[in-house]
Amino acid sequence: MLFARQSPVRESILCPDMRNALALKNYFLVVVGFCLFAGNSWSADDLTGTLKKIRDAGTISVGHRESSIPFSYYDDQNAVVGYSQDLVMLVVDAVKKKLNLPNLQVKLIPVTSQNRIPLIQNGTIDIESGSTTNNLERQQQVAFSDSMFIVGTRLLVRKDSGIQDFPDLKGKNVVVTAGTTSERLIRELNEKQGMKMNIISAKDHGESFLTLQSGRAVAFMLDDALLAGERAKARKPADWVIVGTPQSKEAYGMMLTKGDAQFKTLVDETIAKAETSGDAGKLYQKWFQSPIPPKGLNLELPFSDEMKALFKSPNDKAFQ
Amino acid sequence: MVTLAAGLDWSIFLKPAFDGSGTYVRFLLVGFEWTLLLSVLAWILAFVVGSIIGVLRTFPGKFLPTLGAVYVEIFRNVPLLVQLFLWYFVFPEIIPGLGTWFKQGLSPLLQQLITGVLCLGLFTAARVAEQVRSGINALGSGQRAAGLALGLNLLQVYRLILLPVAYRIIVPTLTSEFLNTIKNSAVASTIGLAELSHQSQQLGEFTAHWYEAFIAVTLLYGIINLTVMIASRFLERATRLPGYAGGNVENRSSGIA
Repeated sequence: MLFARQSPVRESILCPDMRNALALKNYFLVVVGFCLFAGNSWSADDLTGTLKKIRDAGTISVGHRESSIPFSYYDDQNAVVGYSQDLVMLVVDAVKKKLNLPNLQVKLIPVTSQNRIPLIQNGTIDIESGSTTNNLERQQQVAFSDSMFIVGTRLLVRKDSGIQDFPDLKGKNVVVTAGTTSERLIRELNEKQGMKMNIISAKDHGESFLTLQSGRAVAFMLDDALLAGERAKARKPADWVIVGTPQSKEAYGMMLTKGDAQFKTLVDETIAKAETSGDAGKLYQKWFQSPIPPKGLNLELPFSDEMKALFKSPNDKAFQ
Repeated sequence: MVTLAAGLDWSIFLKPAFDGSGTYVRFLLVGFEWTLLLSVLAWILAFVVGSIIGVLRTFPGKFLPTLGAVYVEIFRNVPLLVQLFLWYFVFPEIIPGLGTWFKQGLSPLLQQLITGVLCLGLFTAARVAEQVRSGINALGSGQRAAGLALGLNLLQVYRLILLPVAYRIIVPTLTSEFLNTIKNSAVASTIGLAELSHQSQQLGEFTAHWYEAFIAVTLLYGIINLTVMIASRFLERATRLPGYAGGNVENRSSGIA
C-alpha cells in the first residue's frame, strides 16, 4: 500500500529508465507474492534457519578452498573446481529446487583452514565444501553433512629415499601441515615409541611439500588424497610416492551451521542420493582416476574399501 | 555479540594440549616465550646492524653513504614475509654447501629461530638505520666540525660526541620500533616457529574454538606491548635531553631546532 501511494509522486520526477525499473520491481514483488501464497508446499512459515536466510537473500554463500587439490581449488582459468565443488553444486541445485528459485545467486567465498569455522558460525557462508575432516571437537562448533570422502593418513616420500613405512622415520625430519590430524598423530607416535623424529609444522600443504622437496624433511605426512594432489603440483610427479600404513581414517564432510535440521536434511539427502545412485562414483572417477586440471595429471587413487562402504550406506559419522 | 559471548568456552585452556606438553595455557606460554626470545634477539641484531648502517649513511664521501642507502632501500622495500621466504627457502638453495648443512645438519627448531632472527633483525635494522641517521643529522654540522678541529678522528667524533646525543634523541622512535619488532615476529609462524601466533592457530585448529584462541592471543600480545610501552616511557623520561624533542625546554638558552 505504502509503495502504491508513493509511486505516482516518484514517477513524475523519475526518468523513463527509472520508471521501467520501478515497474519491474513491482512486477517482481507480485511474482514473489504469488510464489509465497499460491506457489508450493514451502510457504514462508515452513522455512527456518539457513534455508530461510537463503530464500530471503536470494543468495547462497558457498565456502571453498583455494588449493586443496583435487577437492576444491582454482584451475588455470581461475574457476573453482574439484570433487567437493561438484558435490556442493548438486546441493545448490537441490536448494534451488526446494525453494523454487531457479535464479538463486551463488556466491563463492574462498576460505582457509583458520577461518572456515568462524565464517560458518557467523553466517558469512551457508555451507563449506572443501577437505574438512569431521571430528568430535569441530562437532561442538558446527554441523557436518554426510561424509563425501574417506582418507587415510600416510606419507609422501622421494622415490629413492628407501622409506617404506613409519618405523623407517626414526631419527629423521618429518614435515606436517600445522593443525592437521597428522600433526597430532605423528607427535603421539614420537612420544610413545621414542622415535626421536624432528617434526616440522609448516603453514600449509604447499609449504609442507616445499619443505619435503628442499630436503629439510624426508617425509610429509598427510591425508593420502591430499598427498596425491600435492604430488600433482610437483615438477616431476613421478619422483614422489605415497607409502606407509594409514595411521588413521578421516571422514570429509561439508560444514553447516549447527542445529539447523532442515538444511542438514536437504544436504544429507542430496549427498546420499549422489553416493547411492552412482553419481558420486562418477565424480570419483573424474577427479581421482582421470587427468585433472591444471596439469592434466591423473592422481590414480584406487577406490578404497572405506569409500565403497560409505557409498553403500552414506552416514555422517566421524572417525575420531 | 551477546550470543557469541555466551557461546565461548574458556575451559578449553585447561584441557591437555594435543602435543602432550601440558595444558593449553602452558602451550600458549611456550609461544609467549618464543615470541619474546625471537623479538629480543632480532632487536639486538637490528640495533647493532642498524647503528652501523645509520652511521655509514652520515659518513663523508660517496661510497659508504651509498652502501648504507642501498642496504636501507633493499631491506625496507621488500615485504617482510617475502624476505622471510627468501631466507628460509631460497637462500639455502643458492649456497649449496652451507645451505645443505643448514637444512640437514641443524635441528628444524634452530633453523627456524636463526632464520627468524636474521630476517626480522636485518629488516628492522634498515628502519633503525634511518632513525640513527636522522638522529645524527639533527645535531647539525657544527659539532662534527668542532670535534674534528679538536684533533679527534672521525670514529672518535662519532663515539664521543655525536652518537651519545643522537641515541638519546631517538629513544622514543627506537622503543616504538621495538614494539613493531614484537608484532612483526608473528611472521615467523609461517615458517613453523612455535611463537605466539603459531600456537594460537594450533589451539584454534585442534580445539575448533577459534574465537577463544584469537581473544587469548590478542590479550597476550597486549600484555607484552603494554609492558614494553610502560618501560619505554620510563626510559624516554630518563634519557631525554633538555632542548631536544620531548626534553625540558624551560632552561633552554638558545633555540635549537
